[in-house]
Amino acid sequence: MTNIDTLTEPAVDQTTVAIATAGRPSEKSPRERSRWRSMLPSMTPWLAVGLVLVVGIILFGLITPFFAGDPNAIRDSGLMPPSAANILGTTQTGQDVFAQLATATRGSLTIGFLVGILATALSALFGILGSYLGGFADEAFSLFSNVFLVIPGLPLVIVISGFVPQQSRGLWTIAVVLAITSWAASARVLRAQTLSLRSRDYVAASKVAGEKAWRVITVEILPNLLPVLASQFVFAVIAAILGEAGLSFLGLGASNSSTLGTMLFYAQNGFALSLGAWWWFVPPGLMIALFGMGLSLINFSIDEIINPKLKNVRLHRKRAKAARKLDRGKAAA
Amino acid sequence: MRYFARKIGFYVIALWAALTINFLIPRLLPGNPVDILLAKLQQRGGIVTPATRKAYELLLGGDTSDPLIVQYWNYLVHVAQGDLGVSVSYFPAKVSDVIASSLPWTITLVGIATVIAAVIGVALGAFVGWKPGTWLDSFVPATTLLAAVPYFWLALILVYLFATTWHLFPSQGGYDVTLDPGWSPEFIGSAIRYGTLPALTIVIASIGGWLLGMRNMMVSTLSEDYILTARAKGLTEGRIMRNYAARNAVLPSVAGFAISLGFVVAGSIVTEQVFSYPGIGSKLLSAVTNNDYALMQGIFLFITLAVLGANLIVDLLYGLIDPRTRARG
Repeated sequence: MTNIDTLTEPAVDQTTVAIATAGRPSEKSPRERSRWRSMLPSMTPWLAVGLVLVVGIILFGLITPFFAGDPNAIRDSGLMPPSAANILGTTQTGQDVFAQLATATRGSLTIGFLVGILATALSALFGILGSYLGGFADEAFSLFSNVFLVIPGLPLVIVISGFVPQQSRGLWTIAVVLAITSWAASARVLRAQTLSLRSRDYVAASKVAGEKAWRVITVEILPNLLPVLASQFVFAVIAAILGEAGLSFLGLGASNSSTLGTMLFYAQNGFALSLGAWWWFVPPGLMIALFGMGLSLINFSIDEIINPKLKNVRLHRKRAKAARKLDRGKAAA
Repeated sequence: MRYFARKIGFYVIALWAALTINFLIPRLLPGNPVDILLAKLQQRGGIVTPATRKAYELLLGGDTSDPLIVQYWNYLVHVAQGDLGVSVSYFPAKVSDVIASSLPWTITLVGIATVIAAVIGVALGAFVGWKPGTWLDSFVPATTLLAAVPYFWLALILVYLFATTWHLFPSQGGYDVTLDPGWSPEFIGSAIRYGTLPALTIVIASIGGWLLGMRNMMVSTLSEDYILTARAKGLTEGRIMRNYAARNAVLPSVAGFAISLGFVVAGSIVTEQVFSYPGIGSKLLSAVTNNDYALMQGIFLFITLAVLGANLIVDLLYGLIDPRTRARG
């Protein structure tokens, strides 16, 4: 339409061209951005709450231990309720609960992310590789992960921890054991997703083009599985933090580690319950619960990418609301 | 029929895998039970001679002179005969007797709590998911807090509130120790009273998962064509919700039973520890602290068997309620 206008009104043309050229970079980037946006969760209040919780707790675990003081320093003011000197009170031996909470949060986060990465890697290996190769490998891998799925994890972890002597029960031992017992469910989901992806035309095309198997998996299939993997990573982190807390609470955690679970272990063994020292046992559990809640809320938004039907509902709701508002506005006018 | 044969075949393999893991754990891990026990004995001032070592080896059944494959065969034969060895911490009771005495407690507790949580969770999920976008639905993400709460911490909080502060329920044990265990009404009443808090813990901690799964499936089901058809036929809303939407949406929750049961069993072990409940979970932990390896392995085997059995039943039922799985075979 600018072509017709150019002859009659050159002045307008200049401005439109100027607008067009100015607009071009930003015209291209929305398309680029929208492609990325379909991979990224859209902002909702709940997602914001989740992000604030997760980022806040991670920062708390990273930064606070540097200035919260020595978590193990023993003072003669035992079992004091929260006060100005000790924000969260003290334990039975006068240790500062706030300082302990900071170090313990860091410990729990470390093991959570360690196990999250390990478990996601294991599930990707067994879930994606098996179903991509198909045939016997698929049957074997699928059987393997199904067997691991039905064998209860925590009892196995407890028995393993029972056999490994205390001094050789390090952070990595616990992390590996937790990862081994928690990857199976994700592998099954990944297998189902990969099975549907590997029969798509573009995967077949890249196979025909002579791409190597590892390249087809990493370049063609893996990007489509990213939301699923992200969601599984988040779940693995929650499960690992909960699992480790349970183990440490039972006194079977890594030796010399201080996590939220060990804090609760000492609180329970120091009779915090019967002494009514709520400031000792409430914060660690609340920290786990809030961090888990934050991660689950983030997962909600990732779920909407994996299952767009969930997202449509929200969009419909938004549209219905806007329409109602419009109707009301018209009626008022 | 093929479907059922396949399923049973799978569980036989899973059972074999569990038995093998149970056999290999003590033999592959760095710790040697005999060494650990001897070290403990030495710490208490006992004198360790080669004869003591031999005695311990015989007691634990870890006679390591046989080749591994022979040991494995003997182990399988013993398990098949129901012989799991002798418990050290409850000497001279047999492991199978210790398990038999604590199993009813756990099965009742976990069974009732799981059924309550599943029924309430699925019903609430169906109700909330039926009308997505209502004020009730917008509170669903808050249930993730419940799912992320550690079982044992929730148990501690409940004990603190209901037992220590308000004195409504007892905080420790599974029954009033002044009563004789039996089927008398007083004993059952006290068992219910003592079991309320542990059951409440499991229900609260596991209900969120059921609710959320059901709600999400319900929302997905609503956009199916058969719901539209049902509406077009003029069926009542309640009927569409129950017979068309909820019935289809509940299937993944049933299929996901395996995963949820694993979580509940894990949670109940820690919960039992908090309440000193006389179930199998606290027996497992006392076995670990007392280095009672035979009992430890026996209990692991039993828990695995129970979970496998429950899953087998659910899988077979699933084949009945969802004919598509049978067709796919």
